[in-house]
Amino acid sequence: MSDTDLLEETQAPKKVSFAHKLWTGQISYEFVPKWRRWYALSAILIIISIGAIVIRGLDLGIEFRGGANFKVEVAQVTDSTVEQFRVAVMESGVANLDATMVTTIGTNRVSIETRPMTVEEQATVRASIAESAGVDPEAVDSRQISGSWGGQVTKQAAIALVVFLVLVSLLMSFYFRDWKMAVAGLAGLFHDMIITVGIYALVGFTVTPATLTGMLTILGYSLYDTVVVFDKVRENTANLDECKMTYGEAANKSVNQVLVRSINTTIIGVLPVAAILFAGAFILGSGPLEDIGLSLFVGMIVAAYSSIFIATPLLVQLKMAEPAMKEQAAKVERRRKKISKTEAAKPVSTPTYSVEVTTTADAQAAYVRQQPTKTPRSKRAK
Amino acid sequence: MPTTTTRRRRPAMTLVSFLVVVLILVAIMAFSRTWTPKLGLDLSGGTTITLTAINATGTGSVDQDSLQQARTIIEQRVNSLGVGEVTVTTSGNNQIIVSAPNVQGDTLIEMVGQTAQLEFRRVYAVEQSYAVGEGQATELPTVPTSVEQRPSEPQSELPLDQVGREALIAEQLLWKPTDQDEQDFADFACGDQMPMVWDQPYFACPRDSQTSGYSVKYLLGPMMIEGSLVEDSGAGIPQNQMSWIVTLGFDSLGTVLFREATTALSSAEEPLNQFAIVLDGRVISAPTVNDTIPDGSAQISGSFNQESANNLANILRYGALPLNFDSSDAETISPTLGEDQLKAGLIAGAIGLLLVIVFCLIYYRGLTVVVVASLLMAAGVVYTLVCLLGESMNFALSLPGLAGVIVAIGITADSFVIFFERVRDEAREGRSIRTAVETGWERARRTIVVADGVSILSAVILFILSIGAIKGFAFTLGLTTLVDLALIFFFTKPLMSLLVKTKFFGTGRRWSGFEAEHLGISAARQPRPRALATAKEG
Repeated sequence: MSDTDLLEETQAPKKVSFAHKLWTGQISYEFVPKWRRWYALSAILIIISIGAIVIRGLDLGIEFRGGANFKVEVAQVTDSTVEQFRVAVMESGVANLDATMVTTIGTNRVSIETRPMTVEEQATVRASIAESAGVDPEAVDSRQISGSWGGQVTKQAAIALVVFLVLVSLLMSFYFRDWKMAVAGLAGLFHDMIITVGIYALVGFTVTPATLTGMLTILGYSLYDTVVVFDKVRENTANLDECKMTYGEAANKSVNQVLVRSINTTIIGVLPVAAILFAGAFILGSGPLEDIGLSLFVGMIVAAYSSIFIATPLLVQLKMAEPAMKEQAAKVERRRKKISKTEAAKPVSTPTYSVEVTTTADAQAAYVRQQPTKTPRSKRAK
Repeated sequence: MPTTTTRRRRPAMTLVSFLVVVLILVAIMAFSRTWTPKLGLDLSGGTTITLTAINATGTGSVDQDSLQQARTIIEQRVNSLGVGEVTVTTSGNNQIIVSAPNVQGDTLIEMVGQTAQLEFRRVYAVEQSYAVGEGQATELPTVPTSVEQRPSEPQSELPLDQVGREALIAEQLLWKPTDQDEQDFADFACGDQMPMVWDQPYFACPRDSQTSGYSVKYLLGPMMIEGSLVEDSGAGIPQNQMSWIVTLGFDSLGTVLFREATTALSSAEEPLNQFAIVLDGRVISAPTVNDTIPDGSAQISGSFNQESANNLANILRYGALPLNFDSSDAETISPTLGEDQLKAGLIAGAIGLLLVIVFCLIYYRGLTVVVVASLLMAAGVVYTLVCLLGESMNFALSLPGLAGVIVAIGITADSFVIFFERVRDEAREGRSIRTAVETGWERARRTIVVADGVSILSAVILFILSIGAIKGFAFTLGLTTLVDLALIFFFTKPLMSLLVKTKFFGTGRRWSGFEAEHLGISAARQPRPRALATAKEG
């Protein structure tokens, strides 16, 4: 491609960017008209998720089951490391440790999970782990969690969830002056939550309080994305009185227009989260960093999907149920017919302009495509 | 037009004012010499114990006064360990969190979790102790003092029936300290660890004698009455009187024992007419007995004020903590793991920041300058705030907190994306880039505010309602989003306004992020800003 301004000017129409094509409607994806497809996809995902949650269940972390966890650094993890620490724990003199789980993290760390212990037992086990690893007992990290801890975290998280949903519904209803947007947004939110939890059940990721943190954060994030889309919808549907397009078409156009923005915000949102996940999984091996990172990573991607494919079509359906909107859609239809008659009468119409408007999306695309014509604005068909 | 001139002047002003505010923050930081944030124990190593109160009645919430009371008691208990900077805070409406940096957990967990021992013992001697402070008791002396070698197990068994106890108290009231006891008492200094055994004498100092210097020490006889026999206690000002008193009521066994004890004590000489109320090895109060108290309901008068009277009444009533606690989470992190976690967090932050910048560079080209400047500014402001909050509000940055900041990098950059895309939209509609920045901002502003608002809302709710690690995450996430909001209004937007005045950005040069080719507008359309009003709809 040439750099000079002159060439750029002449070649401009060919070099139009993807974002711009979306913006003008040269490229238009049928997010709203093809709602059945997306709903079906999400329905399948939700059914799989619920199935996975019911059948497989969630792998709850130690915080929910209760127990003690020890971590210690060793020089080098070998094949015998797990057995070595298992024996060390079993022979520590503390009873009932058959269910002890020893796992290695990375190349130099060992994690040992046991049943809940008393303080004395914990000290004893810790000492024998330290001995086995050849370190000071103080270098052994330990965690003792009663089973009720996770329960409290869950309870508080559930309260937070309810309060958040109520307040956010109010905020969105107030901001958009339309409760239907709030309903559609929240539906998207539930969609995200169920699928995220479903993925956890399906893959078998461990659920810890840090995971819950991540999931609760997704609530905010999911709505963040939806708000951006709905804001454009609201703007594009402000002038429906002109009867150029129906609510559904305007909404679909909005989604197309914010598509790049939505993809960009998701990518930018996911990049730091991916960094957290990376550091958590590969540098630390396990722990809150990995748990938060993972739940956010999964949730953000699902959230981006839902705000475009689920929340917006749902909003359109809710809106189209209104008598006023039905009437408006009918008006648009009548107006189009009128235009197509006049256009048909005129032999000089632009060849690209399709007269047989069958699907709504075609109609919209056709409508927008007339913009680059050379006809003066005043003489264009209204 | 006058409006355009004011608009053009404003960005520089806003930018300067914002920078001044930031400089003030940094100046405060410099002044208080807090150059690093306070790190949570998961980053610096140490022990954290979370105690969850269980409501005695099993229903409703936990009494907040009791929770505070319990916090104070636990704090005093932990401080008596002398392990340095232990903080005891309440969290939510039913939790107490004990955090001790660089302390290995076992003793602390034991100390905090145990139920306190409340005992009534007779006072045999009161003397001055030339105590060194408790704070220095961390390193145990290599040669144990004579006090520490005293029996740590009871020599006999405490009878459980009333007859046995009555016989016992009669015996105890005749007890006298031996020469050895006297000798050990003379050697004893506040802060020495002495085993507290019910049938042995005990040396104790008042509860508030924590700082170094002079203190009173008591030579106490064997336990006469245990705290569990106290049935009720209250504080109040009796009619026609001026000062606060604490009332004390015993159960039936306690009443009998107390009657026996007060009969003997009231006729004795100073200091043998005193009994000491001992909690966790410290003397809470050592009232003098004036009369025999036959009905088991005593009044303790003295120089009480409302607070101290209530305090004592609570201690007597609950024996120990005013609430039952479940030690629900105890975590000990070694300094090495803490360091590793900090490192991992910082690496994650650096990678995250880098990835975002690289992405912006690819997609927004020259505008990355704005992104980088804003992100660095955001990082700086958040760092300063976290340092200052650590100093003023004891806010400690934890690993989830660090994650919150990193996640917020995305949210911060998201607002730029919303802004930039809006500006591009406006430019596509045919506006000049300079105008597009202004009109684009007008429109993006609303979206950014409400989108950030939802984010902040979720963070605030999480912060208020959640417990444990989630709190730290929610706090930094909310804080950073708030900073982002301030930043985009007072830094990013004015910066953009200034930048588009340059030729590079203003005319959409190559790599500026506003090139016509990139936006999809033909260069020919660009200099026709007047044609726009009609094109705007749709």
